[in-house]
Amino acid sequence: MMRAAGLGFALLLVAGAALGASAQTKLPNKVSIQIPPPERTFGPGPNQNVVMANCLVCHNADYPYNQGPMTRAQWTAEVNKMRGAYKANISDADVPKIVDYLMTINGKP
Amino acid sequence: MLHTRRRFVMAAAAGMAGLMTAGAGAEEYRGTASVDLPMTNGRRPLVAYPQKQPMIVQSNRPPILETPFSVFDKSDITPNDYFFVRWHEAGIPMEVDLSTFRLNVHGLVKNALTLTVDQLQKEFEPVEIVAVDQCSGNSRGLFLPRVPGGEWANGGMGNARWKGVRLKDVLAKAGIASGAKQMSYHGLDHGVLPATPRFRKALDIEMVMGHPDMLIAYEMNGEPLPLLNGFPIRLIVPGWFATYWVKMLADIEIIDHIDNNFWMATAYRIPDTPGGSVAPTQTGFKTIPINRMVVRSFITNIEDGAFISGLAAGTGGAVGVSVRGIAFDGGSGIKKVEFSADGGQTWSDATLGTDLGKYSFRRWTATWTARVGSGTHTLACRATANDGQQQGFTTAWNPGGYLKNNIELYKVSV
Repeated sequence: MMRAAGLGFALLLVAGAALGASAQTKLPNKVSIQIPPPERTFGPGPNQNVVMANCLVCHNADYPYNQGPMTRAQWTAEVNKMRGAYKANISDADVPKIVDYLMTINGKP
Repeated sequence: MLHTRRRFVMAAAAGMAGLMTAGAGAEEYRGTASVDLPMTNGRRPLVAYPQKQPMIVQSNRPPILETPFSVFDKSDITPNDYFFVRWHEAGIPMEVDLSTFRLNVHGLVKNALTLTVDQLQKEFEPVEIVAVDQCSGNSRGLFLPRVPGGEWANGGMGNARWKGVRLKDVLAKAGIASGAKQMSYHGLDHGVLPATPRFRKALDIEMVMGHPDMLIAYEMNGEPLPLLNGFPIRLIVPGWFATYWVKMLADIEIIDHIDNNFWMATAYRIPDTPGGSVAPTQTGFKTIPINRMVVRSFITNIEDGAFISGLAAGTGGAVGVSVRGIAFDGGSGIKKVEFSADGGQTWSDATLGTDLGKYSFRRWTATWTARVGSGTHTLACRATANDGQQQGFTTAWNPGGYLKNNIELYKVSV
């Protein structure tokens, strides 16, 4: 396996020279990484547990905090986008609860 | 050496306003370093992710990392470990193994292909190109009024030397069958929920077969791609916004219709209006998929709000201040960059730097003759592209937060 790869690399050097391009980089056979834990979490607020149970399935707390402050109608549209476009399993009853929380952390009249 | 001291009053005030509106839910950063981007709710952690230097964390999951803007002053090429990162869905493999990784080319082709990266490297001609990769939503957080989405400042972009094989060479090997309309493609990433629409993009067959510079890249600045930038291969669509530059490219399907999936039909669309702009109150307008980038330029060595100190005044208290920046467009190349020290009332030509190709950042320099102690001035830069596009004082507004390209203004004091 290693020998075959080495041979291929040598052949490529020749081919590369003929084409006037630089030698091929030998890629690592495997790359693995680990993403650090979130720097930011959902802080206290009404229905915090509902928010954590629903929203953290797909994303951490960064997005809601980073938005410009939004109205109740705008936050409701965002939660409905998560349901409609991204197919999040948020129950009808949980939508206003999540919106209450979002209005507390980042709402405007 | 020019010393600039960040006069952070504006940014800090915006950040504080954000924290105050955050109220009871004020977030915790767990003691990590943070930066204040110049927007309401602009505070972001500054953290080194794997294979990366400390970057502005827009989102931890899925990972979205912004390049600190000062990086763009250091070189025309953005280093891999400072190159911005943007994923849409949290189902990203944290390990990629070349012994199992394959690129599949199928659908309306004469011969379906299943290629290893080794085959790509051996069986096709290698090509190199320098090209700017810019997120469609770069600078979205600076929109007024604000729009929801990834709230970037200006660092959702980078310029790299990409090496790979021509997409059209790979497609030619597969052989496009008659009736082909689009190339629909995706990477290894997927949604957490099976029902979430997988991030999938599409481009017209005429474009992909006619564009000589679209690459399947396996190398970035002479090194393998960092995993977060798409190891082992990604699509390079020079001149077009990054939404089409799919990372960990694993599947190419040639289809006989216009791809109607969420990421083409609903997301990443711009108004079909002059300049892609609408009024914030406007609804019901026609939209099209976002495509080519628009012309932009920035000053890279002086920040907005800077106080320039340490100047040694010459005759009459005047001193030459070096100003540096970058410019780029959607692939026609930069024709001209102009510099102004009076907020754009008068302009003078800047000197263009090394030409790394029409898709690259183009460095520019200018000298500003300032008088020490003369107070506040507004610096500005304006780029003109070879296709005739020129930056203006106003910019597009649209609900997606796309196409921002106004003349940037930098208030400085000397």
